[in-house]
Amino acid sequence: MVSLVIDIFLLALLVLIAVMVVRTGRLYAVIVMSGAYSLTSAAIFVNLDAVDVAFTEAAVGAGISTVLFLAAMAYIPADEKPSQNRNFLAGVICIGAGALLLLAVMDLPSLGDAMAPVHQHVAPRYLAESGSALHIPNVVTTVLASYRGFDTLGETIVVFTAGLGVLMLLAGATRTNRVKADNRKMAAKTAKPKTNKPKTAKPKSATKTARTKA
Amino acid sequence: MNQNPVFRVVAKILFAPIIMFGLYVQFHGDFGPGGGFQAGVIIAAAFILHALVFGLQAGRQIISARVNLWMMVLGVTIYGAVGIVSMAKGGLFLDYTALTGSVGSGQHIGILVVEFGVGLTVTSVMLALFHAFAGFVEDRDK
Repeated sequence: MVSLVIDIFLLALLVLIAVMVVRTGRLYAVIVMSGAYSLTSAAIFVNLDAVDVAFTEAAVGAGISTVLFLAAMAYIPADEKPSQNRNFLAGVICIGAGALLLLAVMDLPSLGDAMAPVHQHVAPRYLAESGSALHIPNVVTTVLASYRGFDTLGETIVVFTAGLGVLMLLAGATRTNRVKADNRKMAAKTAKPKTNKPKTAKPKSATKTARTKA
Repeated sequence: MNQNPVFRVVAKILFAPIIMFGLYVQFHGDFGPGGGFQAGVIIAAAFILHALVFGLQAGRQIISARVNLWMMVLGVTIYGAVGIVSMAKGGLFLDYTALTGSVGSGQHIGILVVEFGVGLTVTSVMLALFHAFAGFVEDRDK
């Protein structure tokens, strides 16, 4: 009963945060609220006794993602561009897809149903065996690292590849930025005698000192 | 770089305990909740906090970009190497029992080493991402 009340409260909080994210145009607020969304999800996972998932959600979703988004915010505008065109077709597709998803939820087994297919396949074997056969008390760890070690190897390679891809993209961008800055400096140096012809005397000296400082 | 003394003192106090907690999550994953992914993110958070308060250059002095890249590679290599070693000892790929021959110690060592590889890769990738984003901005503002 208590668990149900907590669940309803947390889910209502999730909906509230989602509506606020959609309604606000300030991207900083959106980032902070998506962090709050992750933290609320983590609380829901704790309530479902999925502590490992909650841990990951809190660390990755609420922690690192927020920091990375904030770092990315530094080179995009602080406000969302207000969109003027209300696309009728897009609205119809969104509502239709949402209705289909709700329809599919009807067919899902109810929460905690022991007869659900996911609890009938390999899960009972993992739960019964992993303590005695593998001598590791945490079932999540044995499933992750031992029973499905190959999957986790794939996940690690995905993380590695994603990091490598971002590094190649952004490191390349910084190099082009540097080359551009160098070119600008060179152009400013060579163009110096030409730009020394403004009509008034004051701005001339001002630009000169600015350039020598730069 | 942040000159506010509150940030600097708090960051200095928290830096070591965060890493300590990350290591606990890393090596206690087979008994409690946690594991390589979570621990990697927590340890990366410590270094990111340090870089946020003391500047990107100070962060890069602890772990340089080159070392960071090698750590990314090393983590995946450690994971794969465990699989190769277990094959060389006569088991299947990533069959930890074959590492020592007994279930208890083999599974334990295998999972610890594999999780360490995961943690190393996740830490360094998160750190590299942060430095890539933040360094990109710093370069542009020059």
